[in-house]
Amino acid sequence: MPSLKDLKNRIGSVKSTRKITKAMQMVAAAKLRRAQEAAEAARPYAERFNAVMAGLASSVKGSDSAPRLLAGTGSDRTHLLVVMTSERGLCGGFNSSIVRLARARIAELQAQGKVVKILTVGKKGREQLKRDYASLFVGHVDLSQEKRIGYDTAAAIARDILARFDAGEFDVATIFFNTFKSVIAQEPTAQQIIPAAFEAAGAESRLYDYEPSEEGILADLLPRGVATQIFTALLENGASEQGARMTAMDNATRNAGEMIDRLTIVYNRSRQAAITKELIEIISGAEAL
Amino acid sequence: MAETMQFDLVSPERRLASVTAREVRIPGAEGDLTAMPDHAPTITTLRPGILRVVGPEGEAAFAVTGGFAEIGAGGVTVLAERALPVGDMTRAVLDGYIAEARESLEKAKAQGDGTLADEAAKLLADMVAMGDQIGL
Repeated sequence: MPSLKDLKNRIGSVKSTRKITKAMQMVAAAKLRRAQEAAEAARPYAERFNAVMAGLASSVKGSDSAPRLLAGTGSDRTHLLVVMTSERGLCGGFNSSIVRLARARIAELQAQGKVVKILTVGKKGREQLKRDYASLFVGHVDLSQEKRIGYDTAAAIARDILARFDAGEFDVATIFFNTFKSVIAQEPTAQQIIPAAFEAAGAESRLYDYEPSEEGILADLLPRGVATQIFTALLENGASEQGARMTAMDNATRNAGEMIDRLTIVYNRSRQAAITKELIEIISGAEAL
Repeated sequence: MAETMQFDLVSPERRLASVTAREVRIPGAEGDLTAMPDHAPTITTLRPGILRVVGPEGEAAFAVTGGFAEIGAGGVTVLAERALPVGDMTRAVLDGYIAEARESLEKAKAQGDGTLADEAAKLLADMVAMGDQIGL
């Protein structure tokens, strides 16, 4: 049986924990709103871009002159998995769910005898994958210094990936991130970025004049397309992270509240027990006289 | 014939402009072009330069550094990687762009890739020309 003082200390520490989680929840809520706005602001660009790319891609795809970024290297032996996670923890299952999806994919690819390479973005995913797959790591992108994810950040990651592609380090690249569905639901997603996959476009896209040639534009746009997809993924991830953290911290705050209630009851009971005991001692002492 | 058309300028981070326009002067990679309503559908890449929009409410100018423009039946959509209203364009920002372009030129030269170096040199020249145009 813990002493009264111990109980009191315990209640005090849980109360301060509750204050912290409550504060973190509110910070996450504010950041979530900003992240959602950023994700929404980026949507028109990505949508227009993909529409144009899809049109171009469908008209060039058949020809032999299709760029390698679109047509692929002709093999799918080496896979690069870009695993995007957060820099900070305390966000529930956010990182674990991405890592779980990535692990499943790694196991699947390795079972097929493919070579797997991993590029991690964000510290948390790296830590989780390090135990089993440290030998597969080819690089890491640190985002802890980035206050706000900008297009430049995504462009830098894209440049890194493209340089590796040009050097023939891999044949297929896939990004792993969480798609933001709602504050309580984030969906781990795997998306292939190289070779580029676009949904088939309608016939209207073929009516355009292209300046310079279709191939020229495509060669110019494909690297940008990689950057755009990474940017979108980073933004989705950012919003998901804050959403997950908000939910996790909300739960933590509630749990702390329940724990305080429980501890307070135990505290009051033992206090009452101590008083009763003292009374009994006094009364029985008086009776003995 | 339609008098005006829809004009959208979007960068990856946000939508910069969405207005009706009578004409849009685009700094295309192969030369400037002016798009007016009912222009033939065209897709062109951009070089760094000044994009001018003339609309019923007046004229607006934006400094863009690359991307592409889609001229379609519905209007003109410009997807620029980086874009700023000319009023917000300062010497410091431009210097940053120029320094970046110069760096990539040096890198391309160091690699000994002729075409890449040519492209970088052209980009640099365009950046400098853009500065002159704004009058910085």
